[in-house]
Amino acid sequence: MISCSAIRKNYGKIPALNNISFEVQKGEIFGLIGPDGAGKTTFFRILTTLILADEGSATVNGYDVVRSYESVRKCVGYMPGRFSLYQDLTVAENLEFFATVFNTSIQENYDLIRDIYQQIEPFKHRRAGKLSGGMKQKLALSCALIHKPTVLFLDEPTTGVDPVSRKEFWGMLKRLQHQGITILVSTPYMDEAGLCDRIALIQRGSFLSIDTPAGIVAGFRKRLFSVHSQSMSQLLKDLRGLAFVESCYAFGDSHHITLKEQANTITSESIQLQLHQMGHQHVVVREIQAGIEDCFMELSNQ
Amino acid sequence: MMFFISWRVMHREKQNKMSPFLSFVRKEFYHIFRDKTTTAILLALPVLMLMLFGYAITTEVKNSRVAVYDPSNDLFTRAVIEKLNASEYFTVVKMLKTSDEINEQFRKGEVKMVIAFSEKCYQNMLHTGTAQVALIVDGTDPNSSKAVVGYASAILAQQQQDMFQFTNIPFQVQPEIKLLYNPTMKGAYNFVPGVMGMILMLICAMMTSISIAKEKEMGTMEVLLVSPVKPSHIILAKTIPYFVLSLINLSTILLISVFILGVPVAGSLFWLLMLSLVYILVNLSLGLVISSVVDNQQTALLISGMVLMLPVIMLSGMMFPVENMPVFFQWISQVIPAKWYIIGVKKIMIKGLGFEAILPQLSVLLGMAILLIGVSIKKFRYRLE
Repeated sequence: MISCSAIRKNYGKIPALNNISFEVQKGEIFGLIGPDGAGKTTFFRILTTLILADEGSATVNGYDVVRSYESVRKCVGYMPGRFSLYQDLTVAENLEFFATVFNTSIQENYDLIRDIYQQIEPFKHRRAGKLSGGMKQKLALSCALIHKPTVLFLDEPTTGVDPVSRKEFWGMLKRLQHQGITILVSTPYMDEAGLCDRIALIQRGSFLSIDTPAGIVAGFRKRLFSVHSQSMSQLLKDLRGLAFVESCYAFGDSHHITLKEQANTITSESIQLQLHQMGHQHVVVREIQAGIEDCFMELSNQ
Repeated sequence: MMFFISWRVMHREKQNKMSPFLSFVRKEFYHIFRDKTTTAILLALPVLMLMLFGYAITTEVKNSRVAVYDPSNDLFTRAVIEKLNASEYFTVVKMLKTSDEINEQFRKGEVKMVIAFSEKCYQNMLHTGTAQVALIVDGTDPNSSKAVVGYASAILAQQQQDMFQFTNIPFQVQPEIKLLYNPTMKGAYNFVPGVMGMILMLICAMMTSISIAKEKEMGTMEVLLVSPVKPSHIILAKTIPYFVLSLINLSTILLISVFILGVPVAGSLFWLLMLSLVYILVNLSLGLVISSVVDNQQTALLISGMVLMLPVIMLSGMMFPVENMPVFFQWISQVIPAKWYIIGVKKIMIKGLGFEAILPQLSVLLGMAILLIGVSIKKFRYRLE
């Protein structure tokens, strides 16, 4: 459905995308996972015909994004990261406008957006500029989904949305998928990666890995521990100073550490003991399974 | 049967669904009418400008303060002074005793004009048939001083006619007009064509370019580009509301100038409208060209302000006559659409000339329109960069 080979794009001397090649199958939810500035938006813009790549070629739905850009535009839906609505139009007017622009009507595809739109429907006669941030995003999502495209490009659609709405949004994506829509979605949230069929980890314009979420996690071969103690910042410094620790990152309420390959004898008990000796209180150490974020950290280190 | 059903379905769909283009145009109108301040300014601007110019022209030269130096003090000069005082244009504030006082009066800034009669005016007129009267005018404000001179000359001529109409001798008062401070004063402009040229350009070029730049700035242009809507339709939809708005303004200007300012449309209204339509077209496409090179509203405003407004005010002949400019600026003025429009409007409105007279202006504007539309189509970017 989407295929691209050896895409390269520079902004002046700074490379934004570096030799990107991959394919997305029909009906797949494909996630681009990476931090800000990784090149996600540039990539989206190339695929949606908005900018030209310096090298390489890409097709969407079989159409070349350069030569047949008009055909591409007819069959894709795109929600840019800084998608802004018309602030001076009401909620209903915004939705209706985007529906008519895409040759459809709210009634026709109402079932696609019902779950999210119902939450803002009580305010449908309010100007979009007067909505709260989360509501604006919900309206933007509704506007992006109101036309039922063949391929849907969503650039960070859930940034700035509350967790409940994010969950609902992913529910919507699944429903769209069942209707045969191919979806390419980018997100900085690692927890959303697990909801995609396949993901690509992207950093500094390069793909680190492309696989299913399970495949990426399975590719993580090192032993991983989660460590918690009373003074977390001191703990981070101390862990990084330990000889057998290869990497250590702060992960929310605990630190994740990977061990060097030769450190086979280390167990969670021995780490705990060592930390106690260094003066840490209430130390909890558990050996854990890697998540997507661990894989990302690991891959970006290589 | 199948055909009939599918036709019915299509027909029904057409009724329910608005076409993307019409929906676009409606959206643009929402933008305009919901920005109440801007809309109010755009609609009131022509009224305001015409009133300002009109008010200035009609009242500023009333009750000009005049000093008189009258060494003759005879039948003729006394009658003239009386007439000056009686008219609504002048108030005689001082009688000067010596001619030395004349300059002093101007230096103090107390009077707009000094009338200096020669000695024995009436006697001279009877014997030699001529008499000298000097009108010395403060030329700081060229337009009002020209008006003042006109009024005073008319009063002198009137008095001369009143006194000697039954005699056969062709007596002549020769007013000798001397303008202080601005001896090369040029003619008064007619502001109605100027205001028309400016307002239409403001609405069409400036507002169109700003409204397109706004879509780019807000990021909505990205979504619109990646949609089935043709880019040309996006652009066309942007221009239509401003086209309508400029027609409203055009009729406001004409109504005010005819019914309030008393400037009639002497020539054909049809050709005046045709000329205006072509001019509007030029400016709309100018707005599109600007919008294709800028990415945000501020730049659009700046460019249309600096590159469009300033030359129109300075070089179109609206304020300053083009013939008076250095050759370089005269050349520049040739490419300013407003210049051609203002000349054309003056020909039709003021001089009452017909189609043949405005043919050069009309064809220049038409050429500009075709050129600019071509450029705006060619320059239009259907990608982001």
